[in-house]
Amino acid sequence: MMPEPILDIQDLRTVFRIGGRDIAAVSDLELSIAPGETVALVGESGSGKSVTSLSVMGLLPKKVGRIASGTIRFRGKSGVTNDLAQMDGESLRRIRGNDIGMVFQEPMTSLNPVYTVGEQIAEPIRIHLGRSHKQAAEDAVKLLADVGIPDPARRARQYPHELSGGMRQRATIAMALACDPALLIADEPTTALDVTIQAQILELLAKVQAERGMAMLFVTHNLGVVAEIADRVAVMYAGRIVETGPVDQVFAHPRHPYTKGLLRSVPRLGEATALKRAGTPLPTIAGSVPSLANLPQGCSFAPRCPYAIDACAVAVPALVDAGEGQLSRCIRWQEL
Amino acid sequence: MSAATRVATPRKTSKGPWLRAWERFRSNGAALAGLAILVPILIAVSSYPLWWPYAPNDIDLRALNQAPGAVHWFGTDGVGRDILARLLQGGRISLTVAIVSVAISIVIGFLVGAIASFGGKVVDNGVMRLVDLAMTLPPVIFLLVLASIAGTGVMPTIVVISLLSWPVLSRMVRARLMELRERDFVVAARGMGASMPHLLFRHGLPNCIDILVVYATLQIANAILLEAGLSFLGLGIAPPEASWGNMLNAARSTIVLEQYVWQWMFPGGALVLTVLAINFLGDGLRDAFDPRSDLN
Repeated sequence: MMPEPILDIQDLRTVFRIGGRDIAAVSDLELSIAPGETVALVGESGSGKSVTSLSVMGLLPKKVGRIASGTIRFRGKSGVTNDLAQMDGESLRRIRGNDIGMVFQEPMTSLNPVYTVGEQIAEPIRIHLGRSHKQAAEDAVKLLADVGIPDPARRARQYPHELSGGMRQRATIAMALACDPALLIADEPTTALDVTIQAQILELLAKVQAERGMAMLFVTHNLGVVAEIADRVAVMYAGRIVETGPVDQVFAHPRHPYTKGLLRSVPRLGEATALKRAGTPLPTIAGSVPSLANLPQGCSFAPRCPYAIDACAVAVPALVDAGEGQLSRCIRWQEL
Repeated sequence: MSAATRVATPRKTSKGPWLRAWERFRSNGAALAGLAILVPILIAVSSYPLWWPYAPNDIDLRALNQAPGAVHWFGTDGVGRDILARLLQGGRISLTVAIVSVAISIVIGFLVGAIASFGGKVVDNGVMRLVDLAMTLPPVIFLLVLASIAGTGVMPTIVVISLLSWPVLSRMVRARLMELRERDFVVAARGMGASMPHLLFRHGLPNCIDILVVYATLQIANAILLEAGLSFLGLGIAPPEASWGNMLNAARSTIVLEQYVWQWMFPGGALVLTVLAINFLGDGLRDAFDPRSDLN
């Protein structure tokens, strides 16, 4: 049996108020992460994966976005479990950066240009742990060493523009790790980096996670990255999780046509030449993602789905157990 | 001391934003000239009681309307007061009024801009319409009305000038903070659990410092002129207290204008020189703080 999860999201529904209408960016979301586990949240742009991570952090755009219903139970470092969906701003602020660390997509812009790298890493340590300037500065240098930055004492005194992209992403990871969080949320941390640096950052994340026994929620649209880093994967489409399960299982036997389509559209080494010779293009999923304001009746993927039948348009399918820890939101999963 | 040894010495710490701005500033001739004019003026104005034997309100009845000479370097006025002493005291008052009023208007401008940019749509709209209103008032009339309510003297003049000059700054600050609010490092800082004051003063303020410094210098020049104008009209600093503006007031008399040239030429010259120097300095600072001027 799985250990008590660090993060347990139940029936989350996050809505955005646009033009006087509530539009659900995330609905019926269920997700749990055990201590030390890495869960990847995959999906296309607009599928709700970033909104999910912002909902957990309480960083939804004020007045426009809000959590309409559901619970986000989170067990912090102190062992106390809170529902993040119900917490007020001030208590959430204490949790952010302290119990939950976050790494952002753009290392180029997520550091303040007017402070040295060391000062910025020291900041959450001073805010949350109340250490002195001197102590926090020493901690910052240690953290920079932990994330594999050579000559950390000198780097800590440098400004962000003096560091390369990969180095800056290491620095933002150091910042996220500063207070030794129980959960690390990484929102596309490797998307803005080139492939070699990407591999180094993934390796680093896996290493610090193993060292600290931290849980990680990894948001990405890159299936290769998922295969490399995650234990479990949740595939999102139009605000809902359509399939979830252990990575190997999902990748080997996708139980949802969307996952299947996604996996088929990843080019394999040598495949491009073969396809070119055969005169067939790389397989893609026909059509495009529906507007969240105008979702089709029933299964949102049905209009693009090669397996769709009339029953698909009747009601949103439930997430059903497909065995081996895999869940699928498709009524025909057995036939896939 | 050769170039080679300088190259060989490694930099101990990285150049911060201030140091880089200073390096850009240093290569600007006009700005350095402005600084070279301004610094002696500031030193003279603040230290004159130590080295000049006459006090601004000492009356020498044997030397009325005396031309510049060995005893009274810049001459004396109609009641026998030493012009140089009054010029330096007037500079003290004018610069104090200018600096204090600009400091106040910066605080008001920054806070109003901050409230507008972080307060949400309704607050923003309300505050900005207020700023629009303050900006549409014709400045001279507004100034005269305010001055007639506040009265004369140093404090009322400071109040009047600072109330007139904050709206432009608050707009600039609001625009900058709105841009910053969406920047990733601010979102990241919120993700780190930073509170609103922390965001505003640790992330907002330092990233507005270029606007504030440039605005401050240029606005000080403006405030000196405003003060001179008000005092000239008899609404700013009232005699017997000296200020450059009310010394110029003496030139309204045709006799003074034609025959006692030193009585208005020196305060006028001091005014022009100071304002010019501050404007040069302000231009230099703007170039120094503008990241586009030098991308190193």
